[in-house]
Order: sequence, then structure tokens, then C-alpha cells
Amino acid sequence: MVGIRTRNLRKIYNSSPPFAAGAGGFVSQTLGHKRRKQPKPEIVALDGLSLDISPGEIFGLLGPNGAGKSTTVGILTTRVQPTSGKAWIGEYDVWKEQVAVKRLIGVVAQRPNLDFSLTALEILVFHGAYFGLGAEERTQRAEALLERFKLRDRADQMVRGFSGGMMQRLSIARAMMHDPQVLFLDEPSAGLDPQTRLLLWEIIREYNHSGKTILLTTHNMEEADVLCQRLAIIDHGRIIALGTPRDLKASVPGGFLLRLRFGHHSPDLLQRFQSLAGVREVRATNHNGADLYADRGGSLVPEIANLASVAGVELCDVHISEPSLENLFLHHTGRSLRE
Amino acid sequence: MNRKAFLAMLARDAHVARRNFVPLLLQTFLQPLMFVFIFGRVMVGSGYMPPEYKSLLLPGIMALSMVGAGIWSVAMPLIGEFQFTHEIEDRLLAPMEISWVAIEKVVAGMLQALAAGLTVIPAGWLLLRPGVELSLQTPLTFVGVALLVALFSASGGLVLGCSVGQAHVGLMFSLVVAPMIFFGCTYYPWSALKNFPILQNAVLLNPLVYASEGLRGTLVPRFPHLSLLAVLAGLVLFDVLLLAAGLRQFHRKAVD
Repeated sequence: MVGIRTRNLRKIYNSSPPFAAGAGGFVSQTLGHKRRKQPKPEIVALDGLSLDISPGEIFGLLGPNGAGKSTTVGILTTRVQPTSGKAWIGEYDVWKEQVAVKRLIGVVAQRPNLDFSLTALEILVFHGAYFGLGAEERTQRAEALLERFKLRDRADQMVRGFSGGMMQRLSIARAMMHDPQVLFLDEPSAGLDPQTRLLLWEIIREYNHSGKTILLTTHNMEEADVLCQRLAIIDHGRIIALGTPRDLKASVPGGFLLRLRFGHHSPDLLQRFQSLAGVREVRATNHNGADLYADRGGSLVPEIANLASVAGVELCDVHISEPSLENLFLHHTGRSLRE
Repeated sequence: MNRKAFLAMLARDAHVARRNFVPLLLQTFLQPLMFVFIFGRVMVGSGYMPPEYKSLLLPGIMALSMVGAGIWSVAMPLIGEFQFTHEIEDRLLAPMEISWVAIEKVVAGMLQALAAGLTVIPAGWLLLRPGVELSLQTPLTFVGVALLVALFSASGGLVLGCSVGQAHVGLMFSLVVAPMIFFGCTYYPWSALKNFPILQNAVLLNPLVYASEGLRGTLVPRFPHLSLLAVLAGLVLFDVLLLAAGLRQFHRKAVD
């Protein structure tokens, strides 16, 4: 079984990062003062990322678009050169021992990158050939995978005409073709219908049970929650929280989040909320709002409404969410994962 | 270098070429054979050109076909595969150094260039006969020249394929390939430029000149041509330069 390690990974793009590797923090710097052209923006996609992923683990990178998830996968799969820092797959240095690393990994990119000149079956068979599988073995494996991913009846069709979901399934089948020890899945369920998503989750779990390590990125909290044994929540190229989904959710003060909006801003009122039973933390937000982290949800609403009415402040909106990774992300960044 | 992966990629390219056989055939031969027909048959037959022109023209057309096939067969797929869809990714992730993926493309391009060049000889001969007199006196030199021509055309394809975006393919042909063909001594020997000394020296920067002159020097040595030593030196120089530049561009394109 093979694990993954990174130490202090930094990646700064001098031009737009590739589509899949979203931009992280934007740091604009003037490089050539005398040039009349616009200064080249430097984009910090990863800012000192250190991770230890155990062999045989399903590990998730959760974060909004542009957090640095795809850049991390890009570096770990030899496709992106880090600006500084190191990464290892098993005992191999990803940048220095690329061929050994490529033997161990299977990669599903965020966008389908299938070989459009081939049919579905040929894509799998040639992929097997690149990895040195014998003729009989690669045909057998390819047919079994097409069956597993419900693409058997499309085996001899060119993939150009495939739907997004079919391309995604074939990309995953291709990544499994050479039975890699570590599987990277960058937003694997994006564009899949709910039924196929469940099939994919089942296949990922099954693959993991055979002792394989899986790193997946997602901005879907449900996926992270049900699939991953451990998670790192990243934003602006940094890890902001790391642990099992259960521990992470429990780490949010109180667990419940009440998002409130008032007619006008009143610091005194927010102060008074602090004294309500079960309220752990009160934070003022934009647009005359406040976020309350608390041990209970709905039962707090009458008390909040009461206090607001006494203070002469109109309560315009209340939104209650139960303990979730979304709340955790909000708690750390003040932003929603979907923003 | 991983021999199995390398051969599997060659097999993949051969498979794709087989699938696109008819369009590939038309694209490689239609234009050169039309040139052969108009310049060699119509213009000679109508008396505008002397009959010997047929023999002078054929090696030039061979060079043109080889260079066209080599550039086209490497550059066009690469331009597509490096675009938004990034189709080349499965080969970049194969257990082999990235440079070998590029070299595989060059080898596949060389094979197509050699096939194109060797087919032009009988096809052109059939179209032009009688009156074409090829005399292969130094077969080894001919093979050497043909290999070097194939290598520079495929390496040139690598450079262009990794430098030009899909939106600029048309521009690539008008700005790079077309001038190379017209100033490449394909339809006339280099010595015919003696009345244009600046041009005669300037075209020496065009690798196609060495290809045309080299094939002329080995297939129809009775016509004036650049010395074979100069041809071989020029071809080796362009091979090294273009291959090095192509590998560098490929790396820049392949790794973010």
C-alpha cells in the first residue's frame, strides 16, 4: 500500500493557471516598472501545503473553486511543477522520479481528456499497452471495466459523441485500467446524474477495499462526508482544517449555525445574543447580518426575535443549518463553499 | 525510455493513421501530384519548359511531399491534443519520460514523411514518363539524406505543433510553410538564383533548400546542386536545432 506526502508545497503562476487548476489568492505585483503593458499578475495557487495521506485511505480535498485543489493534484501527478516544496508518492519524489511515480498512479482530471481519435474500447486497451499489460490481459480488463461502468454497448463507438457523464465514466475506467496503487479523482462526480454518482461512490469504496489509496477533490460536501475517511479543507492554497468528517463537523462551536439579517446594524443587540443559553459565538456579517454558532437551532429563534423586538430592531431573515462541513467552512473563512 | 510504452504509442499513431487513411492520402499527395502534373506534364508538353525539367522537378516534389507530410503529421495532431481537451494527457501520464513522448511523435512523423517521399517517386514517374531519368549512384547517401529530411520535417512539426494555437493554424501555413515551399528550391535548383545574390544567400536559412538540393544531388546528380557535404551539414544542423527547440517547447507545453 502506498501513501502520499507533501511538504510546504507552493505554486505561483505567472500567467493564468490552467483551467482545471483554479486560481488561489490573487497577489498582484508590478514586475517591469518601465513596461507600458499591464503588469503580469502573480497568482498564488498553493501557499505552503503539507499533507500526510496514509496508505489505503480515502482522503478528500474540499474547498471552493480556485482553492488550489487541482493544483495539488497536478503536482502530485507530475503534471504541474511546484514553485517550491516537495511531494512523494510512497517513497518516490514526485518531481525527480516521475516514471516510478507514474507507474503507481491513476488520474482522473477535472475535464474529460480522452483520446478523441479512438473508440472507448481502444482508449482502455491502448492505455493498458502504455503500461505494459499483455494483449490478452488488457482486452479482458478493458471489457470488464466497460461492463462495470455500464459502457459495454458503447465499446466500439468513437468517444467524440459521448455525453459528459459517459466521458467521465470512461475517464475513471481508464485510470483504473492499470490497477494503480493510488487513484486521483479531481471532481469525479461533477456532471454525473445522481444514479451514476452512487455507482461511482460504490466503485470508489470497492477499489479502496482492495487496499488502494484514493485522493479526491470535491466541492460537494455530501460527497466529502459520505466517502472520505479524512478530509482537508483548503482555501487560498492553505489547509484550514483537517480531520475525519465527524471530527471536523464537531469542531464547529455548537454545531448549529443561525444566519440572521436585521433591518439595521445594532452592536448592542449582538452583544445581548451572547448571553442566550447555548450560544457559543456571535459574529457580525455584512448587510446588517449576524452568524450565531450555537448548541441548538430552532428553539433559539423566539428568544432572538424577542430580544430584537425589545431593542427595536426588525428581524428580516433567519436561516438555520445543522452541523455540517459547510458550517465549518463558513466558520473558518466567513464565506460559503459555493461562493 | 520504456520500450513497451514507446511502441504502444507508435502503434496508436499507426492505428489512427490507418483509420484516416483516405484523407491522409489525399492531403499528402494531391497537391504535390498536381504540381507534378501542371509543371512536369502540361508546361513541358506545351513547350514552355524544356523536357529535362521533368527530371529536375521530381526530387524537389519529393522533398516538398516529405516536408509537408512530416510537418503536418506531427503539428496538426499536437495542436489539437494540446488544446482545451488536452487529449495528450494519457500519454504524458504513461510510465515514460515526457521527452520520449515527443520523440515518439517525431518518429511517427518521420515514418509518414519517408512513406510520402518514397511514394512520390513511382507516382511522379508514372505521371511524367517518358523522359524522367533518375540515376541513383550513391544509394547510402540518398538514404542518409532522406532520413535527415524526414527528421527535420517531423522536428519542425514538433516545434510548430507546440508553439501555434488552434486559432493560428491558417497563419502558420501562410507565414511559415508557404514561404518555406516557395523559397525552398523545390521547383528550381539553388544555382538558378545566381542572378539574385541576396535571395540566394537568404534562402540558405531555409532547411527545405538542403532537402531539395540533397535529393537532387543523389537522384539526378547531372543537374547543378549544392555539394552533398554542404547539404548533409545543413540538414544535420537544422535537425539538431529543430529537435532541441521542439523538445523544449513540448516540455513547456506539457508541464504547467
